[in-house]
Amino acid sequence: MSAKIKVERLNLWYGAFHALIDVGLSVREKAITSLIGPSGCGKSTLLRCLNRMNDLIDDVRIEGSVRIDGQDIYAGTSAPTALRKKVGMVFQRPNPFPLSVYENIAFGPKVHHLAKADEMDDIVEDSLKAVHLWDELKDRLDENALALSLEQKQRLCIARLAAVRSEVLLMDEPCSALDPLATLRIEELMRYLRSDYTILIVTHNMQQAARVSDDTGFMLLGELIEFGRTTDIFTRPQDKRTEDYITGRFG
Amino acid sequence: MAGFRKVKEFVIEKLIFASGIASIIFVALIFIFLLSEGVSVLKSTSLGAFLGGRFWYPISDPPKLGILPLILGSLLVTAGAIVLAVPLGIGAAFYIADVAPAKIRSLLKSGVEVLAAIPSVVLGFLGITLLVPFLKHTLGLPTGLTALAGSIMLAFMALPTIITIAEDAINAVPREYKEGALALGATHWQTLTRVIIYGAMPGIIAASMLGIGRVIGETMAVMMVTGNAAVIPTSLLQPVRTLTATIAAEMGEAAKGSPHYFALFAVGLVLFLISFLINLTADLFLNRGKKR
Ligand SMILES: Nc1ncnc2c1ncn2[C@@H]1O[C@H](COP(=O)(O)OP(=O)(O)OP(=O)(O)O)[C@@H](O)[C@H]1O
Ligand SMILES: [Mg+2]
Repeated sequence: MSAKIKVERLNLWYGAFHALIDVGLSVREKAITSLIGPSGCGKSTLLRCLNRMNDLIDDVRIEGSVRIDGQDIYAGTSAPTALRKKVGMVFQRPNPFPLSVYENIAFGPKVHHLAKADEMDDIVEDSLKAVHLWDELKDRLDENALALSLEQKQRLCIARLAAVRSEVLLMDEPCSALDPLATLRIEELMRYLRSDYTILIVTHNMQQAARVSDDTGFMLLGELIEFGRTTDIFTRPQDKRTEDYITGRFG
Repeated sequence: MAGFRKVKEFVIEKLIFASGIASIIFVALIFIFLLSEGVSVLKSTSLGAFLGGRFWYPISDPPKLGILPLILGSLLVTAGAIVLAVPLGIGAAFYIADVAPAKIRSLLKSGVEVLAAIPSVVLGFLGITLLVPFLKHTLGLPTGLTALAGSIMLAFMALPTIITIAEDAINAVPREYKEGALALGATHWQTLTRVIIYGAMPGIIAASMLGIGRVIGETMAVMMVTGNAAVIPTSLLQPVRTLTATIAAEMGEAAKGSPHYFALFAVGLVLFLISFLINLTADLFLNRGKKR
């Protein structure tokens, strides 16, 4: 499998604060990569570099290169809107829009002019099916999405990305607002989506990283300490700090 | 010592209670007074002839007390003000809340506060000396004292209310909606017009209603620029007379206890009911927004 995302010597500063230090990793296509590490180590920051969401924060400076499908996303020519269509993001707190279920899904295709009006119904249906929500919601398409359960909301947010045919899913602690059963069902969904998407997940839950991911990166104070196959990281970590973290000795 | 504190607390509590009750009692008394004086108009005319009558000649003999031209005059001037102020106010609120750079934002916010602080008689003064001649010349009218001039004045008065409340509503929209839309590749503009506006909608509607409520009872500026002809209006470009201007202009000369006097109270009652309904509706929307 080839590298979908290649990050090299990535440095990021929030003002004077050096939040990412010489980070480099390659993310395999159609695999699940997890990022673990103690709070404040820069996991979300790294994730937000990959869809340029950090651009929205004032006073951020970024150096180094991030290539997706071989293209440098920070090179002058590429528009963040096109990038964000390809590299979708799922947030910690499910954030459906205050619109109907249908309009939530239709939003992406509309802003990217992906569909004619008569194709939208099919897109909505396919996207909901992709996240196993269709049977539950097919009679509630006109209901406000804010009335859904937390798990349904999070699935809907993933379906929104399916609707614009995202290729990469960035998930920042997507289950931390959910109960344990809903968490397991979302993990199951991730494994199912793995055949179509490249998935990056940030998680505080080490069992979750071990359960769902193919590769794992461990971060500490802005540095990527160790990166490799999940089984290797969890069974024979190379770095003492990784070992301390996964055995629960700190963090 | 402890006894003293208890007495003090008792007194303070009763004082607060009394002032709360007092404000309710005053409103009730005002309403009762208005009602009892206003209803007396029915001694000299029927309800239908009062509300639907086309002629307002309060001092002819017998007096003609039809307030339809006044109601329509108020509605026309207010409608014109809404058409001008609501889109402008909402646009400005979006600009201030979500687009303007920090410096321009604070400049605009103080500008809006200053606008809110201008006494309406001063605005009316500017209206007479600047706006009315301007309208007369640019539109080639026989007189610039028109419903349109009133609408423009009222729009200025409604703007601060609309902008301030709509801006609060926009700022109260959770950040997550904005992030979600941008992360899907929407532009800033698409995020505003397709997501944030829906999150802020109850507040925006309330802002518009309160802005309208603010101007429908407005008197001075309107009386100064609308020409005050009590005829049924057919266009924005002719003089009209509003409910408020009628009361202000005629109360001084109406003999106490005359049909004219009671009719003016009844006009006040109509006005009271209209703004009460508008404020009630605005409250409903504001509360609906809060509950979510
Ligand atoms: N907008 C910002 N401005 C300034 N500093 C920031 C900003 N966002 C994050 N930081 C800092 O950068 C560091 C990394 O933050 P980040 O959110 O990436 O950590 P994280 O690993 O995702 O933590 P958590 O597990 O708590 O989500 C933290 O020290 C944080 O305080
Ligand atoms: Mg984080």
